[in-house]
Amino acid sequence: MDHNIALAIDDLTVAYNYKPVLWDIDLQIPEGVLMAIVGPNGAGKSTLLKSVLDIIKPLAGSVTIYGKPYRKQRHKVAYVPQKGSVDWDFPTTALDVVMMGTYGALGWIKRPGKKEKKLALEALEKVGMLPYKSRQISQLSGGQQQRIFLARALVQNAAIYFMDEPFQGVDTTTEKAIIQILKELRKAGKTVVVVHHDLQTVPEYFDWVTFLNVKKIATGPVADIFNDDNLTKTYGINYKTSIVE
Amino acid sequence: MEQYIYLLMSDYTLQIITLGTAMLGALCGMLGSFAVLRKQSLLGDAIAHASLPGIAIVFLVLGVKNNNGLLLGALLSGLVSAVFIKGIISKTHLKSDTALGVVLSTFFGFGMLLLTYIQKSPNANQSGLEKYLFGQAATLLAEDVWLMSMITGVALFVVLLFWKEFKMVLFDVDFTKTLGFHVKFIDTLMTSFIVIAIVMGLQTVGVVLMSAMLLAPAAAARQWTHSLSKMVFLAGIFGGVSGVLGTAISASANNLSTGPVIVLIATFFVMISFVFSPTRGLLFRQIKLWKNRNDLKLMKTLLFMYNLAKDHENISHPHKILLLNNFQGYTRKSLKRLESEELIQLNKDDWALTQKGFNTAENLYTNQ
Repeated sequence: MDHNIALAIDDLTVAYNYKPVLWDIDLQIPEGVLMAIVGPNGAGKSTLLKSVLDIIKPLAGSVTIYGKPYRKQRHKVAYVPQKGSVDWDFPTTALDVVMMGTYGALGWIKRPGKKEKKLALEALEKVGMLPYKSRQISQLSGGQQQRIFLARALVQNAAIYFMDEPFQGVDTTTEKAIIQILKELRKAGKTVVVVHHDLQTVPEYFDWVTFLNVKKIATGPVADIFNDDNLTKTYGINYKTSIVE
Repeated sequence: MEQYIYLLMSDYTLQIITLGTAMLGALCGMLGSFAVLRKQSLLGDAIAHASLPGIAIVFLVLGVKNNNGLLLGALLSGLVSAVFIKGIISKTHLKSDTALGVVLSTFFGFGMLLLTYIQKSPNANQSGLEKYLFGQAATLLAEDVWLMSMITGVALFVVLLFWKEFKMVLFDVDFTKTLGFHVKFIDTLMTSFIVIAIVMGLQTVGVVLMSAMLLAPAAAARQWTHSLSKMVFLAGIFGGVSGVLGTAISASANNLSTGPVIVLIATFFVMISFVFSPTRGLLFRQIKLWKNRNDLKLMKTLLFMYNLAKDHENISHPHKILLLNNFQGYTRKSLKRLESEELIQLNKDDWALTQKGFNTAENLYTNQ
């Protein structure tokens, strides 16, 4: 494996109203891994993604992507927010949402044209949503909406992908389809960072894992560190019940 | 009606007023769509109310009723209130509804205080300031309409220019931020134009009802389309038509205030849209519900037939209709419908499942 560092986080601390959400996080993610971030509710998993992406301003610390600050590396980054973070009753179509993935490269004012549409259609095809391209987004199922979000990130054609719970509320078929696409991304040398809830599927889906509970507990290859010791440190003594849940 | 059209053709003042209210309705409908989709419907209401102290203060300073000066005061006061609202939301634990409520009542209360103070003062010019409370379309002048059309033109240009950015911010703010777009700028631009539209409407519709001009056309338009561009366009049309019809009604009937009539017509559009929209309307949703319920009953009958037929070698073995006892709730009509869908064959007092009917029922069974 190539040991370029795709993402480096140094001493990152984030707080909402004096209460620390993330405390002094140091993290280095090598290029080409498919990594899960796991931890209990309120552990700061989504916040970690949002601070990396400059959506939330951290109190302290720095984030670099391929050695440079995020502001200079936006074109290398794609983001899939939590599905529940947007209003799916918004008057627009599936194709239109996927097209938004091209807006970053377009910049201000310039309108998407034929080239952008072609990219969006290809991404829709990849996630198996081409037949639904003209559907109003509220008429899609939860799994289909998640696929649309994934397609929007694929259009960004990034080097590193951040996904916030892409498996939440999706059916098994969609889950399998999504993980297939994530594995293909890894095969193409991309780095994929996924906030993940289901501990049972971690060894099957991912090759790298970070345990997070306000502080970073551990990070490394799943084969080395996905064990009872780290699970207990992250979830407390009753971690097995959290797996069942 | 004929009389009104004749009046419209001949009366210059009426032409000006009609043009003004139409323009105002279209502008507000268009910009109101953004407010509604940004979930800031009440922001417009707060800003409109908050513009009152601006009007009063400018009058106190100038001592005369200069319409443009007063509107400038309203604009500044409205913008200050918007800054307060956004500041309260981002700097405190308060939620947006509370922030809106606090700012609206404080500014409006202060405005009313100043207004009553002015009315008690000996200044002979003071009368007529209360028209900004409920609006008075009759005071629209050609130059006001000129200003309105210029602003409408600029707003249209800005909306077209930043269409992509507006759409993205409305749908997914966080994602927009990650792409490197200056969300605060886009947001401020959008809010500024909403404030300008509100101020333009104060003279015609007034502080109190102004927010309806923003929200009603947009809410109505949302019912008819799933595309943002069509929604914005339709909202503009609904707003414009409300302006024209409202002016017509108030000009034909004596002493009906124009602003409230325009607002009532706009809300009438909302009611019609809520009931009759083909995809989202209450009426069609109810019809769909009935249809589904009927279909379900039909399938229940079919299942009963299937259970009888599956024990026979030949699935199309005829059975007596009487066998379908009353528990199944069959009617001649429902049997006819099953026959028309080729699920069964009817023959006098007998019915028989077709192959298609058998398969349909079988699948229903396994899906359960």
